[in-house]
Amino acid sequence: MKSAGTILLVLFLLSSLSRAKTILVGENELYKNPSEALSHSVSGDVIKISKGVYNVSELVIDKSITLEGEEGAVFDGNFFKEIITVTSDSVTVKNLTLRNTGTSFVTDVAAIRLENVSGCRLENNTVQNSFFALYLSSSKNCVVLSNRIEGNAVSESFSGNGIHLWKCNNITISNNEVSGQRDGIYLEFSTNSEITGNTSRGNLRYGLHFMFSEGNRYINNVFRNNGAGVAVMYTKRITMTGNRFEDNWGANSYGLLLKDIDNSLIYGNTFSRNTAAIYMEGTNRVNILNNIFENNGWALKILGNCYEDSVLYNNFLNNTFDVATNSPRNPNVFINNYWDKYKGYDLDNDRKGDVPYRPVSLFSLVVEKVPEAVVLTGSFLVDLLDAAEKVIPVFTPETLADNYPLMNRSGN
Amino acid sequence: MNLRKIIKYFFGDIIRSKWIVVYTAALLVFSSGIIYFSKDEQKSLLSLMNIVMYLIPLLCMIFGSVYYYNSREFIEMLLTQPVKRSSVFYGQYFSLAFTQMLGFITGIILPLLIFNFGFNSFFLMIAGTFLIFIFTGFALLISILVNDKVKGIGILIAVWLLFAVFYDGIVLFMFYYFADYPLEKATIIASTLNPVDVTRTMMMLRLDISALFGYTGATFKKYFGSSAGYYVSLFVLHMWMIIPALIARKKFNRKNF
Repeated sequence: MKSAGTILLVLFLLSSLSRAKTILVGENELYKNPSEALSHSVSGDVIKISKGVYNVSELVIDKSITLEGEEGAVFDGNFFKEIITVTSDSVTVKNLTLRNTGTSFVTDVAAIRLENVSGCRLENNTVQNSFFALYLSSSKNCVVLSNRIEGNAVSESFSGNGIHLWKCNNITISNNEVSGQRDGIYLEFSTNSEITGNTSRGNLRYGLHFMFSEGNRYINNVFRNNGAGVAVMYTKRITMTGNRFEDNWGANSYGLLLKDIDNSLIYGNTFSRNTAAIYMEGTNRVNILNNIFENNGWALKILGNCYEDSVLYNNFLNNTFDVATNSPRNPNVFINNYWDKYKGYDLDNDRKGDVPYRPVSLFSLVVEKVPEAVVLTGSFLVDLLDAAEKVIPVFTPETLADNYPLMNRSGN
Repeated sequence: MNLRKIIKYFFGDIIRSKWIVVYTAALLVFSSGIIYFSKDEQKSLLSLMNIVMYLIPLLCMIFGSVYYYNSREFIEMLLTQPVKRSSVFYGQYFSLAFTQMLGFITGIILPLLIFNFGFNSFFLMIAGTFLIFIFTGFALLISILVNDKVKGIGILIAVWLLFAVFYDGIVLFMFYYFADYPLEKATIIASTLNPVDVTRTMMMLRLDISALFGYTGATFKKYFGSSAGYYVSLFVLHMWMIIPALIARKKFNRKNF
């Protein structure tokens, strides 16, 4: 009798190994909580979580399973520690609501952490009130798709990032919505990743922040109303296309901060209502093409240590200052842009102005040197000085000019 | 004859000159045009602000002093009557200011209200009213002091240039010259002393261009946003309004016609 039981058990185990089974977790199911289910599962299983609130903390997923929530399935961390830690490849976590992680200043506590894994998917989850929300560490070939992250960060030092990548490779982050964290999306030492269609708004520091992360692509994202917009630092080969940078408005704020960036492309983005749309420092061989700059304080702030950048086919509309620089020389190229302040003419009808446009106004130069002077904005004197300088440039960089400015808006 | 009667005489006289009608109509066309053709609310407010800050003081002064010079005989005739000199002065001062207000409000504020600019139009009205009273006072002061019409108007234009252009120039020069020193307090003082600058700064802060001001803007917003800064600005505007007018009255009372 005993041996028959053993055989049955072995058969049962064999069958479970041979094909994935679905394990249900819920109040009325066999397993009342996810960790019980997890310990009885094997790789390839699907754990389905029924509707309800589960107290979960430090759930370590070390098998290649799929963890899937029904509508209304909530994992509550009770402000204790991390909620889910994934240490196995090919894990999928989807349709779950995770809330209330702990806060720690020693370790980066997250709602879901991927630790040294590959081929994982985080899909359609809602993360509320977490320290870090989705934390990917030393992982590759993972997908982070359609998650909603709603933080309620109050101060930078007491909050974590929405989607945090550290030493990752080939990660796809798309269609997520991140708000109320410290940084919306943060990348450090992460390469070859694609970040598309995300919305990052109302974060304390940056909507998107990345450092030392080469070869990434940012496409069609929206960065709105963040503390200081988007910061891109110490990186090469980045592509930023079709993004919107909006309402990053405040003292010391900007839409896009480029610091020590090489060989990158910024194409077809829209910058509106930012204090400084693009702030460039130590930026070399970056092409800024076909973007729209509208209603910004400064459209481009280019410091003297930027070389061989090209600014082509952009539209500059209704900015207080089009270009500001602190250098008397101009090692960058400005050509075929549309400037709404351009007063020139086009006699030969090639749709390009016959006289150069100098986007650096005398007043912007003065403000660069004496920031306090900006209180004179809108003064009659300032308009007079700018008009005089436009006719005969004396102080503004002689070579910083668009020699073929467009007469009409360039098509985007 | 009391003050009210004198104001009535002067007022009627000014209205009859038709100049004010043309002036009002021009302002009306101009401001409606700006609001209508500019799609951006902020831009049109800025343009109108420029009219209020630069054009209105100039016109106020020229109109005021031309009127004074032209009605000298009428004033002399009035003074033979048993009226107080102060009443004659105030009669003229208030009638001039009221007619300017009439032109300003129908010409600029009315279109703003029609196109629904809300609180900003109210703000512009307050600013404009202050400037009208301040520069009417200056106009009378200078016309009373200087008997020669051409010379008087020349001085007026110089005063206008001083407030509208040179003052900012001097401030800019000072900023540039003392760039190595902390200038926050200096900027606040500098922009409080000139009535034109006070109104411009407050309008700029209202329009949220202040974000451009960076650190200076923060101190500015703190100052002008606080009730103390607000009262100081109001106080300065009142001083600019009262002092020239009072001196003008004193000179008028003692003037040997």
